[in-house]
Amino acid sequence: MAQVNYFLTEEQQMIVELARKIAIEKILPIRARLDETEEFPWEIMKDLAQSDLFGIYIPEEYGGIGKGCFETCLALEQLSYGCIAVTTTFAASALGGYPIVMFGSDEQKKRYLPDIASGSRLGAFALTEANAGSDAAGIQTSAVEDGDYWVLNGTKQWITSAGDAEIYTVIAMTDRHKGPRGATAFLVEKGDPGFSFGKKEKKMGLRASSTREMVFTDCRIPKDRILGKRGQGFIIALKTLDFARPGIGAIGVGLSQAALDEAVSYAKQRMQFGQYIISFQAIQHMLADMATHTEAARSLVYAVARTIDADSRDIAKISAMAKLFATDVAMRVTTDAVQVLGGYGYMKDYPVEKMMRDAKVLQIYEGTNQIQRNVIGQALNKEYSKV
Amino acid sequence: MLNIAVCIKQVPDARTVRFDKETGMMIREGVETIINPVDLNALEAALAIKDGHDARIHVLTMGPPSADKALRDALSMGADQAYLLSDRAFAGADTLATTRVLAAALKKIGQMDMVVCGNQSVDGDTAQVGPGLAVRLEMPSVAYVNALELTADTLKCIRMTGHGHDTVLMKTPCLVTVIPSINTPRMPSLKGKMKAKSAGIPVWTANDLGLSMNDIGLAGSPTRVLNTFVRSFEARRERLEGDADAQVAALCERLVAAGVL
Repeated sequence: MAQVNYFLTEEQQMIVELARKIAIEKILPIRARLDETEEFPWEIMKDLAQSDLFGIYIPEEYGGIGKGCFETCLALEQLSYGCIAVTTTFAASALGGYPIVMFGSDEQKKRYLPDIASGSRLGAFALTEANAGSDAAGIQTSAVEDGDYWVLNGTKQWITSAGDAEIYTVIAMTDRHKGPRGATAFLVEKGDPGFSFGKKEKKMGLRASSTREMVFTDCRIPKDRILGKRGQGFIIALKTLDFARPGIGAIGVGLSQAALDEAVSYAKQRMQFGQYIISFQAIQHMLADMATHTEAARSLVYAVARTIDADSRDIAKISAMAKLFATDVAMRVTTDAVQVLGGYGYMKDYPVEKMMRDAKVLQIYEGTNQIQRNVIGQALNKEYSKV
Repeated sequence: MLNIAVCIKQVPDARTVRFDKETGMMIREGVETIINPVDLNALEAALAIKDGHDARIHVLTMGPPSADKALRDALSMGADQAYLLSDRAFAGADTLATTRVLAAALKKIGQMDMVVCGNQSVDGDTAQVGPGLAVRLEMPSVAYVNALELTADTLKCIRMTGHGHDTVLMKTPCLVTVIPSINTPRMPSLKGKMKAKSAGIPVWTANDLGLSMNDIGLAGSPTRVLNTFVRSFEARRERLEGDADAQVAALCERLVAAGVL
């Protein structure tokens, strides 16, 4: 049976094989336990570190592989076939590392990127606050210059891998009166004085990924920890998220594929009314839609990621489309997978209920899907004003 | 620098193997090949030593040209150099003939400080190649090793026995065969895979190894396989009903009746 051919290069195929191997051999066997216990997946982070996958997007001169958004997406998709909580932990490190790749000084790149590339230290990205979610301009965390230091005060909320990661890209206000132009990005390390973490959040899904508050109380960091220029904080955050969103789409694709595979194999062995349920049109149509949507999502994510690698200017709209479509598909496909498995699908004995719980966050984090639609809508308005 | 050799074998993936019930032969079609699983533990044992010592790992296999893939997989995990011992004349080799080929290749590569093998293959299952190779190389050997520690020229081996374990100290050069519980093989790395893709792997024939046709392949193999058959398990199936206690009682009753308990 022909499959859609995405014409991967030999190196891209290697990334797929390697990430798939880790998903199947390392992640899949323990995902239910990690979900149950909410333990941080250190074992798998070690395997991922060993595999060089943490360095896919990091230039070779800083210990990485020097590939782009597409290769990152390929790895994320395959890892997500195993468990998206584990993949989110992996992806969060990239979200912390990518701003350094884009905006770091040579000195900062040398200091942080080799560790992030080798997986010996995890990265994280801290933008969200209690009153600044979709409305990122509402952030309260402040940074004030004091001699050779910056002094940070405030609280970040729901930060992925907070407490477990060691290198944080933090967005804080330096010139509040300037509005969005008054935000600046900083590199903060675990262990910096005045930097602490809140309790670990209990979540509906994504339970192996850790989520905590980050609290800055007169946190003093040296002046050279400023990332990019003063006032460039929002640009850095937006560019990072633009690059990262197809990756969230890829996580949705891997999760959808996993749910589809579970649903089809169950439908082939579940007997009702003297027949396997896959012989019923009601089931076939659900599976057909799941498969078609999954493939359509994959096609969009791949095409967008490749476009970004060719030219990364003005990608907000297409990047939002990839995230929006593929994660809405993941929600629908995982929900339908539970439906195909019926009562069994609702039980923890089968993996699809976890997939459905996990899928929900994809429509929320890295910009809710409503915000993605805003981005796309605003881009359309701008595009059509030109003609 | 230490030189460590790891001998691996490409075997059919047991998960994809089917048998022809009539002939008792394996159906090769659609069967995927993998590195014999415990050979990965052997490679990991060598890599773990390399993590702590200055070492070079040589990995070798005797097999058809397609065994090249197994060697590249080993390189992608961190082995330094691979060698493929491939010749139609090697076909039909039993464990004796196999060890002659491996020993000749190892002598050609140079003096090894250590040779590590998996204890046995999942297809042949004899556990003879490791110890046989040690004899051919005139090295001391310890089989069924569950832990290894190298200090200077002494290798401390924990050998599992049916009743517990022995601790054996052995001077290098020496050979060990390891069991699956010794370690968890590491994942290949992307950089390793990229390097492995273009790595030069010499292919050595009987001629290259200076072996006599009488010592290799079917001619050099005193073992004769008289018959192969597929063991069929036609077990009686019965579903036990009731609560757990009732089921346990019913099961015990049947096991006693069958003479198992």
